[in-house]
Amino acid sequence: MDAVATPVHAPLNELLHLADNALVLGQRNAEWCGNGPVLEEDIALANMSLDLIGQARMLYQHAAVVAGGGATEDSLAYFRDAADFRNFTLLELPHTSAASERDYAVTIVRNFLYSAFMLLQWEALQASSDAQLAGIAAKSLKEVRYHFRHSRDWLIRLGDGTAESHQRTQAALNQLMPYTAEFWADAAPLRTRWDEEVNDALDEAGLRRPPPGAASPQGKTGQHSPHLASLLSEMQSLARAHPKAQW
Amino acid sequence: MPTPKRSGDTLTTLQAVWDALDAVPDPEIPVVSIRELGILRDVRHTSDGLEIIITPTYSGCPAMGQIEDDIRAALAQHQLSARITTQLAPAWTTDWIDAATKEKLRSYGIAPPHTTATDSDKVIRFAARKSAVDAVACPQCGSVNTTETSHFGSTACKALYKCLDCLEPFDYFKPY
Repeated sequence: MDAVATPVHAPLNELLHLADNALVLGQRNAEWCGNGPVLEEDIALANMSLDLIGQARMLYQHAAVVAGGGATEDSLAYFRDAADFRNFTLLELPHTSAASERDYAVTIVRNFLYSAFMLLQWEALQASSDAQLAGIAAKSLKEVRYHFRHSRDWLIRLGDGTAESHQRTQAALNQLMPYTAEFWADAAPLRTRWDEEVNDALDEAGLRRPPPGAASPQGKTGQHSPHLASLLSEMQSLARAHPKAQW
Repeated sequence: MPTPKRSGDTLTTLQAVWDALDAVPDPEIPVVSIRELGILRDVRHTSDGLEIIITPTYSGCPAMGQIEDDIRAALAQHQLSARITTQLAPAWTTDWIDAATKEKLRSYGIAPPHTTATDSDKVIRFAARKSAVDAVACPQCGSVNTTETSHFGSTACKALYKCLDCLEPFDYFKPY
């Protein structure tokens, strides 16, 4: 990347927030690799994780240029601790529900709520004065459209499916919706369109929208659930055990 | 345009580089070249030598490292070397794939991509309920009586389809 070509850049924290979101959700969803409910979904989740980790790499590479001081995509991904991560708390939560250790309804509801938000976020960021970020946004938007379509289709299939799939999807929605409060701290103008998109799909799925939570989580400011540290310890263990390793 | 000199005595033209790279196949779909897919964007002279511009297909495309290696190897065969720069904008699109290349994909057994929706940058409901609208023709028998098995297939750029007439499964190169 040519630093001279992009005199304007987004704030480092914002780039890290976007990168951490993509990396953490990519890592979480990759836990389905080899464990998918059916082969096609195993492949779909792995595909989307690959997109997310690719987006994370582009964002970390850009953030590393902005940060300077010898930072690299690897140092940002593997050598920061949980308190340094700026991802939304929603994305670090395990796929666990009251019904199952690894509940596909939780996976689908999270992907749906988040991809509906990122559709709007990437769309807006295409106009960023940071040319590199605008370029990343234009690519990521194409990908998140497919992610949104996938999760929306499954939301409807599960919500409007059997009694059990409906009940589990509603439970996942009740569990995760409060975490979306964090989306709006810095993106309030996107909220109306997100609400419309979400309500439209919930109607079609026959699901009830739960009331908003009392307090907003604070993952973006570095205050995370304990789940992030365990996710990172697994993801970072190889790089930390062999800090000079080359791929 | 005057033909610039490289260091040493080898006289090169940009055309020679393009010719050398024309033979570089896509690592995943070797029947088409990286130039035909639109991954190879430009070749230019800079003050410190040749520069080759490539762009990724999907963000997480794991073949990009391989493509860089393949480019270097193809250049080395012609005693050439160049700096390879990855450029993100304009974002790669399947609309850059021309008709002849689409035909190569089809005869290889991959249904070529439809044109991307012109309003897809505005209409976020693009994703919602359109999957059945554009019929994808089976690359084996030509039937449009096909169904999507999964939107995600063997590589990031492909969806998995099935022909309901000849019953063969096939890949569809997704519009991007």
